[in-house]
Amino acid sequence: MTISVSMTVNGKTVSGDVEGRTLLVQFLREQLHLTGTHVGCDTSQCGACVVHVDGQSVKSCTILAAQANGTEVVTIEGLADGATLHPMQEAFREHHGLQCGFCTPGMLATGYDIVRRLPDADEARIRRELSGNICRCTGYHNIVKAIKAGAEKMSAA
Amino acid sequence: MYNFEYNRPASLDDALKALSSGDEVKLMAGGMTLIPTLKQRLAQPSKLVDLSGVAELKGITVEGNAVVIGAMTTHATVAASAEVAAKIPALTKLAHGIGDPQVRNRGTLGGSISNNDPAADYPAALMALGATVTTNKRQLAADDFFAGMFTTALEEDEIVLKVSFPIPEKAAYAKFAQPASRYALVGVFVAKTAGGARVAVTGAGEDGVFRVAAFEDALSKNFSAAALDGIAIPAEGLNSDIHGAADYRAHLIGVMAKRALQAAG
Amino acid sequence: MSATGIGASVRRKEDLRFLTGRGNYTDDINRPGQTHAYILRSPHAHAKIERLDISSAQAAPGVIAIFTGKDMAADALGGLPCGWQIHSRDGSPMKEPAHPPLVIDRVRHVGDQIAVVIAETLGQAKDAAELIEVDYAPLPAIAHPGKALASAAPQVWDEAPGNLCYDWVIGDEAEVDAAIKGAHHVTRIELTNNRLIPNAMEPRAAVGEYDRSTGDYTLYTTSQNPHVIRLLMGAFVLHIPEHRLRVVAPDVGGGFGSKIYHYAEEAIVTWASAKVNRPIKWTAERSESFITDAHGRDHVTTAHLAMDKDGKFLAFKVETIANMGAYLSTFAPCVPTYLYATLLAGVYTTPKVFANVKAVFTHTVPVDAYRGAGRPEATYLIERIVSQAAREMGLDQAELRRRNFIKREQFPYQTPVALVYDSGDPGGCMEKALKLADYSGFEARRKEAAARGKYRGIGFSTYVEACGIAPSAVVGSLGARAGLYECGQVRVHPTGSVTVFTGTHSHGQGHETTFAQLVSDKLGIPIENVDVVHGDTAKVPFGMGTYGSRSLAVGGVAIDRAMDKVIAKAKKIAAHLLEAAEADIVFENGEFSVAGTDRKKAFGEISLAAYVPHNYPITELEPGLEETAFFDPLNFSYPGGAHLCEVEIDPDTGVTQVINFTAVDDFGRVINPMIVEGQVHGGVAQGIGQALLEACVYDEEGQLITGSFMDYTMPRADNLVSFTLDTHNVPAPDNPLGVKGCGEVGAIGSPPAVINAVIDALSPLGITDISMPATPPKVWQAIRSARPPLAAE
Ligand SMILES: Cc1cc2nc3c(=O)[nH]c(=O)nc-3n(C[C@H](O)[C@H](O)[C@H](O)COP(=O)(O)OP(=O)(O)OC[C@H]3O[C@@H](n4cnc5c(N)ncnc54)[C@H](O)[C@@H]3O)c2cc1C
Ligand code: FES
Ligand code: FES
Repeated sequence: MTISVSMTVNGKTVSGDVEGRTLLVQFLREQLHLTGTHVGCDTSQCGACVVHVDGQSVKSCTILAAQANGTEVVTIEGLADGATLHPMQEAFREHHGLQCGFCTPGMLATGYDIVRRLPDADEARIRRELSGNICRCTGYHNIVKAIKAGAEKMSAA
Repeated sequence: MYNFEYNRPASLDDALKALSSGDEVKLMAGGMTLIPTLKQRLAQPSKLVDLSGVAELKGITVEGNAVVIGAMTTHATVAASAEVAAKIPALTKLAHGIGDPQVRNRGTLGGSISNNDPAADYPAALMALGATVTTNKRQLAADDFFAGMFTTALEEDEIVLKVSFPIPEKAAYAKFAQPASRYALVGVFVAKTAGGARVAVTGAGEDGVFRVAAFEDALSKNFSAAALDGIAIPAEGLNSDIHGAADYRAHLIGVMAKRALQAAG
Repeated sequence: MSATGIGASVRRKEDLRFLTGRGNYTDDINRPGQTHAYILRSPHAHAKIERLDISSAQAAPGVIAIFTGKDMAADALGGLPCGWQIHSRDGSPMKEPAHPPLVIDRVRHVGDQIAVVIAETLGQAKDAAELIEVDYAPLPAIAHPGKALASAAPQVWDEAPGNLCYDWVIGDEAEVDAAIKGAHHVTRIELTNNRLIPNAMEPRAAVGEYDRSTGDYTLYTTSQNPHVIRLLMGAFVLHIPEHRLRVVAPDVGGGFGSKIYHYAEEAIVTWASAKVNRPIKWTAERSESFITDAHGRDHVTTAHLAMDKDGKFLAFKVETIANMGAYLSTFAPCVPTYLYATLLAGVYTTPKVFANVKAVFTHTVPVDAYRGAGRPEATYLIERIVSQAAREMGLDQAELRRRNFIKREQFPYQTPVALVYDSGDPGGCMEKALKLADYSGFEARRKEAAARGKYRGIGFSTYVEACGIAPSAVVGSLGARAGLYECGQVRVHPTGSVTVFTGTHSHGQGHETTFAQLVSDKLGIPIENVDVVHGDTAKVPFGMGTYGSRSLAVGGVAIDRAMDKVIAKAKKIAAHLLEAAEADIVFENGEFSVAGTDRKKAFGEISLAAYVPHNYPITELEPGLEETAFFDPLNFSYPGGAHLCEVEIDPDTGVTQVINFTAVDDFGRVINPMIVEGQVHGGVAQGIGQALLEACVYDEEGQLITGSFMDYTMPRADNLVSFTLDTHNVPAPDNPLGVKGCGEVGAIGSPPAVINAVIDALSPLGITDISMPATPPKVWQAIRSARPPLAAE
């Protein structure tokens, strides 16, 4: 009972055979070997798995690979432009917005999404928009700072 | 997860056909409840029918004195809709307060009400606004649609198509989130409608969403927070868990109702 | 200070791979021919296994093998060892029940391992596990430590009557009792230090691999200390000699203590990989993490603080019951004893301290060190009782503390509970924090909040902790079954770049940057030319890993010592090349020069000469430039500080909002301020989490109620605020680098500051106690009991 899926991942067309039950995150990690997207929970709450599907941030642990058939997916591996970091990646580095790095793929995807939708978001709004992403290391202090700085960089770019 | 067959029909007819194509066929909307449930192996469908390809289930329109929202419309779409914000801003706020941005990007109105989680937000809006649910078979008043926690009047082969929300004179929703899950510990939706005041409570009741007659009577006379002074909500029939005993929830119903009324103006 | 030297906020070297998705965590590793393991776990807190039938599961599709406790016993494998032995007050050793990786016939907590299914895919392994038939005879269970000693309590172990693991004391009880009896005032407190679930964001994982051509085993695992795992698993469980066993801890997504310990799954996949002759991967699902990762805290305490009429502390008596869970985890017994009771003097001159700790078994997940380990429990107790004492004595919070602080000039300070604090300035930290937090303006803010219908409060915590773990001889005399030195190896390559090997492990702490700064600064080479290697027993000399804020204070010194050796040797080479006396060679800014001349050689020239020894003092000196040092500290290190928290409480809902959090900490010397601040942020967030949000709740039957993020409240961004941080650094004379450790202070100092703020806010209502976490219903209930509702309300 396999299904053939094909989608664009980080600009490249990819295809593969999956089971009905295969999650997008499993397809990315196990079949495409894009292990930058992480799994931190089994109740759809931590956001370590957030990727962009057709320009929207989604939890790749709560969407089937089959549902992503025909979509455009961007993972953390696709955020930088070659060797040039995306302004949001740059801001996380500059402001120490990561420690162990495990939540980072999801934080970047969400941070980038926040800035795109709400370029002028203040600290309180950024904190609310991060409600689907859990970090155990940073206390969010520097993540919030990085997203604010990333917003400035993105609008200047 | 147990394995299943995946199916993504492009029309309502095909969806209905797929739904009746065997036992244990299940509809999938945003998957935000269904997929976590499947991961825990709490359900074992043979086939999933993904409704995301059915265009006629999506969209928001204003029809006469009602805002009509397609079952497959996501929470994010509702939260961002100018029509909704203009006609029923309380609904904008409610949709914006569901889960997190990623959940709102996938989760749908139809999925939320069909699932009827006793702590979900939408059921309170449907009940308080006196909404009508349209399925492939019939139209159901919200009061008849919700039938206790995780239970609705829907039949096996029934699909929610859309929900029609009559535009109230005034309305507001106030939610006290359960701190861990962020679902409603207590959510109170108040509305001043042509037929009088309506108040619906989610999160608190052992049987899911319910209306509060005592509040409605008082508010029908005087739609203001002050009208609720002195009306105590009994704790009987309310949930108790580590996040709040029944008496706390009973108290919060009053607090959230007043906050909603203040917001409704 | 150079842009990359000591004291600079150098941006992290490790970030690039994490930011681009190129990190390499254990679950990212896939070995050729890899299979997948799923572990069948007990749904009962306590039960006898009457029948275990794996036959239908064995026949399921994709199944390669299923093993049970009997299979492990047949191979005469050992149990998971405990690394610390405590003796009771009567001299008897603690009770130390066996801990087999897979149980034989009795389960003792929800999540206990029963069988492992190895299959081609994880899905198949899970499908097959459902076919394993187990008949359980459920038995009564006990979860709450406060009830475990009761005579009627269900028993966890036959060999531990009354569920008592040990009954330990420190200090002179009679003296302390006498001081309490004669005191002007005695403040009494009863409190619970709530049980926590660490929840590092990366779930634990392990990949075991066996090479049948060599007989070598490799284990990739989410560990903070791969050498410790190799030692414990190899020597005690699987009986594999160290040279046949390699343990790799690659990128690890946070630990906070929970990844120190040797866990059953590591032993299972390593052992079974030889049985099935294929690599085996196991990765925890989060719900498994909740029921298998060692939990933290879980104390119940009663204490008395005796004072004279001026509020001078005379004596402190503490009686604590500490939950060990169902088995003794690797370092569990030392946490409520030597990491807890030895800190009960706090930052005060209390002359007499006595503590009695009873450790108990319960039918719960083992409890072990979680960020801070013992020191948060001590700090919470001390700072709660001191704040209560100030209220009872009618003294200002700051004033009572001032009267009792150990003064800067009193250091080194011998406490009555064994430790010698080498340095510190509690008063200096507090005064700075009071200014930063505008303490003098607080009453105006309280009034302003009251006008808005909110209760506002401010809470204090002035703390010291002992980290930089640890002097081996000292801990050995206290029951440790290991040394706690650290290794550092500095390999200078021919062209002058350097690889540093450290036995510590970075799982978020940024060692690749901090250690590179140390090396770049001392050897005068660009930071890009320094690489730090950790986490692989095949590469790094034996080291003890990362916990107890020891990496820089112990591991950093080892690297520093290795560099001293490198420089000493390089000076000899330079003397030869520069035709000068060794004593005249000066090493500065990466150059070896002859004192008083302009004759010099660059670092790279010397390293090249070491590896191309054509013109070389070959009869006196070996070629090559690579040195190893092991450093065993002489003392712990003692960071401390003052944390002030300001909260507002909504009386209608009981919600507590942190408004400001100010921390002024003493870290001795700071290598990378950016990284240090980051460590404090994370620790404070966990501390606020403990104080307001996080509670691990078991029901009476031993079922975990808070078994997922749906019920266990993790701090999220909108629960917290941006913190106000500063330092008040007093160099540490007992540490060769002058550093003190910073990884745990946030979690140690902050919880009492938060709770004291909540109590301060509610004190106008006469409320003097609220337990952690101060959840909205709890606060609401307290307000309601203190201020009964009006009839009309
Ligand atoms: C992390 C997280 C946080 C959340 N927080 C909240 C919250 O705060 N408040 C809240 O209200 N909800 C919350 N949710 C739930 C979310 O709103 C979901 O959107 C909702 O519960 C289900 O919607 P869905 O579209 O994803 O439906 P699905 O999960 O796809 O389906 C749910 C059920 O409805 C059935 N169904 C779906 N569509 C139809 C239809 N058209 N006709 C008939 N049956 C149908 C399905 O068969 C299934 O049984 C949260 C979810 C997550 C994962
Ligand atoms: S893995 Fe936790 S939300 Fe997806
Ligand atoms: S950086 Fe470790 S979880 Fe966020």
